[in-house]
Amino acid sequence: MIVAFFFYVFAAILLVSAAAVVSSRNPVHSVLFLILAFFNAAALFLIAGAEFLAMILLIVYVGAVAVLFLFVVMMLDVNFAELRGGFQRYLPIGATVGVVLLVELALVLGGWKFAPDAMSLRFAPVPEATHNTAALGDLIYTQYVFLFQAAGLVLLVAMIGAIVLTLRDRQTSRHQSIERQHARRPADTLAMVSVPLGVGMAEVSVPPPPAPPARRLAHADGHADGHADPHDAGAAHGGGHHDGGGH
Amino acid sequence: MAVGLTHYLAVSAILLVLGVFGIFLNRKNVIIILMSVELILLAVNLNLVAFSASLGDLVGQVFALFVLTVAAAEAAIGLAIVVIYFRNRGSIQVEDVNLMKG
Repeated sequence: MIVAFFFYVFAAILLVSAAAVVSSRNPVHSVLFLILAFFNAAALFLIAGAEFLAMILLIVYVGAVAVLFLFVVMMLDVNFAELRGGFQRYLPIGATVGVVLLVELALVLGGWKFAPDAMSLRFAPVPEATHNTAALGDLIYTQYVFLFQAAGLVLLVAMIGAIVLTLRDRQTSRHQSIERQHARRPADTLAMVSVPLGVGMAEVSVPPPPAPPARRLAHADGHADGHADPHDAGAAHGGGHHDGGGH
Repeated sequence: MAVGLTHYLAVSAILLVLGVFGIFLNRKNVIIILMSVELILLAVNLNLVAFSASLGDLVGQVFALFVLTVAAAEAAIGLAIVVIYFRNRGSIQVEDVNLMKG
């Protein structure tokens, strides 16, 4: 009885916050309502007896995905008010599609029952003795280990893809070029001058150090030897301005 | 399971409809569309967990775990695409995405 009461409370908050996600004026509010929806969905998972998935939902969604959404919403300098321009225009078709979909789902739910041999067709019945997390671990690490690894591969590809997509090699930033440092010889930058006794620096004509050899790396040029010759430095700055011009 | 399967299915059906409705409602804002997709995937997960608990079969929860993984990857890639799109075009309007139009 008390469980059913909590189920209805959590389900109601879940649906209300989901409706607020799609209809909120401010995207930041949308993200916060999304977090609330995830919390309530995790509570529903707990009521269904899936503790591990409930905690994973909290960690993955609230801890990572929702924070990512929040970060992107706050980082992008977008006028979100103008993005809501067609709100009224799209309302009728959206409501129509939603109602049609809801009616279809209600029809499916109305005339639906389990197959007679559903209980005998279970693939991995819940063991009696262990709790949910241990049972799930037993299953994932034995029968579904390859799928588990494939899921890890999906995450790896997503991580690499997100990094490659958003990594911007700024032309104006100065990186350390290890191989140039290692290949440097003293004669490149050092000039030995024999100074007579009693002669000031003004009298000794110090020759400028020889320019470093133009040893270009394909990608990292303009960073380490940006001051080598003014033309190169100007080119690097020009590239930086051109890059920044897109904003 | 203390609560009947039908209740869970009804909640997740309404959640899925709300997600689809959100996609139609916020046709211009990619970020809200991504959030609606997350809502739809959450409804799918709720369905899977409800059936798993009702049948006493753990495979549903394993599958929900994989759906969760794919949803996280999708959100990360989608938001990365939004960020670089905004960097290049200065806008995230869906209607502006016509660079590949012939």
